[in-house]
Amino acid sequence: MPLVDSQEVQGARTAAVDRATGEAYWKKTSGLMWTVLAIWFVAGFGIHLLAPMLNPIHILGFPLGFYMAAQGSLIIFVVALFWFGKRQNQIDEEFGVQED
Amino acid sequence: MSASAKEKDPFIASLGKIYAGYTGGFAVFVILIAILEQMGVPDRILGYLFVGLTIGVYAYIGIISRTQAVAEYYVAGRRVPALYNGMATGSDWMSAASFIGMAGSLYALGYGGLAFILGWTGGYMLVAVLLAPYLRKFGQYTVPDFLGARYGGNAARLVGVIVLITASFVYVVAQIVGVGIITQRFLDVSFGIAVFVGLAGILVCSMLGGMRAVTWTQVAQYIVLIIAYLIPAFLMSAKVTGVPLPQIMYGFALERIEGLENQFRAAGMVPPPGVTGWHTQPFIGANGQFSMPAAVNFFALVFCLMVGTAALPHILMRYFTTPSVREARQSVAWSLFFIFLLYFTAPAYAAFGKVEIYQNIIGQPIASLPEWIKNWQIMSPYGVPWINIVDVNRDGILQWNEFRIHPDVVVLATPEIAGLPYVIAGLVAAGGLAAALSTADGLLLALANALSHDVYYKMIDRNAPTARRLIISRTLLIIVAIAAAWTAGNAGADILFLVAWAFSIAAAGLFAALVMGVWYKKTTNTGAIAGMAVGYVVTFGYLIWSEWFGLNFVQLFGAKEQIVAAARQVGTINPNFVSAELRAEAAAIVANAANVKDGALSWFGSIIGIPTDTVVLRNRVVGRLWGINNISGGIIGVPLSFLTIWLVSKFTTAPSQAMQDFIDDIRIPKGGVRLADQREAVE
Repeated sequence: MPLVDSQEVQGARTAAVDRATGEAYWKKTSGLMWTVLAIWFVAGFGIHLLAPMLNPIHILGFPLGFYMAAQGSLIIFVVALFWFGKRQNQIDEEFGVQED
Repeated sequence: MSASAKEKDPFIASLGKIYAGYTGGFAVFVILIAILEQMGVPDRILGYLFVGLTIGVYAYIGIISRTQAVAEYYVAGRRVPALYNGMATGSDWMSAASFIGMAGSLYALGYGGLAFILGWTGGYMLVAVLLAPYLRKFGQYTVPDFLGARYGGNAARLVGVIVLITASFVYVVAQIVGVGIITQRFLDVSFGIAVFVGLAGILVCSMLGGMRAVTWTQVAQYIVLIIAYLIPAFLMSAKVTGVPLPQIMYGFALERIEGLENQFRAAGMVPPPGVTGWHTQPFIGANGQFSMPAAVNFFALVFCLMVGTAALPHILMRYFTTPSVREARQSVAWSLFFIFLLYFTAPAYAAFGKVEIYQNIIGQPIASLPEWIKNWQIMSPYGVPWINIVDVNRDGILQWNEFRIHPDVVVLATPEIAGLPYVIAGLVAAGGLAAALSTADGLLLALANALSHDVYYKMIDRNAPTARRLIISRTLLIIVAIAAAWTAGNAGADILFLVAWAFSIAAAGLFAALVMGVWYKKTTNTGAIAGMAVGYVVTFGYLIWSEWFGLNFVQLFGAKEQIVAAARQVGTINPNFVSAELRAEAAAIVANAANVKDGALSWFGSIIGIPTDTVVLRNRVVGRLWGINNISGGIIGVPLSFLTIWLVSKFTTAPSQAMQDFIDDIRIPKGGVRLADQREAVE
């Protein structure tokens, strides 16, 4: 059975966008990447450094430090990823590089 | 065929109906079993029904998804919608360890166990942002395909394949052990037979239909496993707190645990070995005080698990199957959401289990313990009973440290602890089986694809016809599966700790080369190959050295106090597990303690202020560089791999213009990909 994907691969001889657009797009995409990595670092490591200080605060029985590692950071991860998908789509459209 | 499929595929359009019908069917099946139970059908028959019917359904999906098309076999035709790929990734990801073991680890370690929760979810941030969209745009079949195309062919591809095989094989063996344990308990057959029964279930799914069959089976398995995990947690929450919302209500359980722990301590009791006495306290040592090594270990483990997540090929290859780059990104978010549903429930299981045990079991006369405890005082494959009651002070009353529960029991016994009917226990078994089978499927496919596609097709015979490639692929799948089952049957439960190693090995071997391949244009072929090799060799070497030659390790990196301590530890291990030479050597060190000198590299071993030492684990004296447990072995390999790639790339010829064009194309969703070397194309 023939493979469509390989035709796609071999058919592409020229760049999809001009160099300047490509570079501007990548700059903005990199900016988003660093933003998301910053969120990742704070939610994955930063907050938990403070766990011993947060723990005396209790909400619904949860010591706050424990809560952040058990649920809080996870919720941040999930929300941040959906936000990232949306934001990256906007950037794609802004530079006209989204898929057809 | 996939081009027309993208337009309006009746199969894709009706997926919602198919899986809704399937979920409804499963619910009806569970209710039917419940009715049968009330009618007095014996538990054993119900167990057979649960295991038999669910495996039968997976096999059926596998058979109707059989395929002869290469793109279907390797990447499911690239038409898996983001949401379904997310579910498939969820069950691909969540193994027997997550389903059965996670809540138990949290029970034992308290806050310390949350490193697993954080590490195994946060890694998806790295997958989504750094890798998945670009690997999807690259658009070939395997992770080594990317390494081959980006880094000039077979050398890079081969190193990638070696890392992939090491990490995946260790991981798949652990899954088969998991399948064996569940099948053994619910079908009542010997462990060796159970392993091969499970194997048959795995093979029917993946062999005929490759990635296509595995994808649609994994979605079905996700539905079973999440239902099976959540229902007992809801019932348990209702029993302990009166409100069936486990994820919110376990805060009150935590409060009660803290109170009971204080009570026990006031009564002069101590926790059992391996269980923390301060469930919610972060970064503490055995005395309950802040401990720097505990904090360092926590963050090191989180880091290794996160980076490992983003480097395990059986996960990354799932993002080759979406129809577009956009959906690949979306799909990572869905994956994490579906994983999150289980992971944010796991700490609730641990807390409810602990409250129940601390409140109603500790302090009771041993002669009158509840029935469920007696059911679990049977031998586990680890050589001790699942629940081990040891009357240390012989007063006939169960003390805190006299109740020793294997972590896996926390989930498996929840239905009985909560006094639920057997149907729920069967449901949990079906869920655990789904988790283990789905992960094993994905791993076996990653292994077989690496061997058939990357080694055979790309490196040995580039002109092999499609039919032969698929035959080779299926044959290799069976061979790898049997090899894994043989290892599982012989090494058994002893190797479960190796799973954590798989993350460190994948992280150190692959992560840097993949990320820099996309994000750092100047990465050269030599740089990447050197970086992968250094990361892999250092990490794997460190793991083996510290695990099996701990005394030797600490003699090089430790100060004299730690060397003498390690030698003393050797003497405390059961002599059956220690060689005579090692015992003699250790005894000589202890006898000559006053003259022992610091290790030659002890300055390096204490460079972060925490000495390199040893602990007794798994009947071995295991070395810990900077006091970091070796399950976080990647903490050294990952940065070293990045550093090597960067440094070597500085001093080798920059990538060609054609390669730079290729990277430009990968970075942009629109358009095709101009490969620097056309021979690297998939067909």
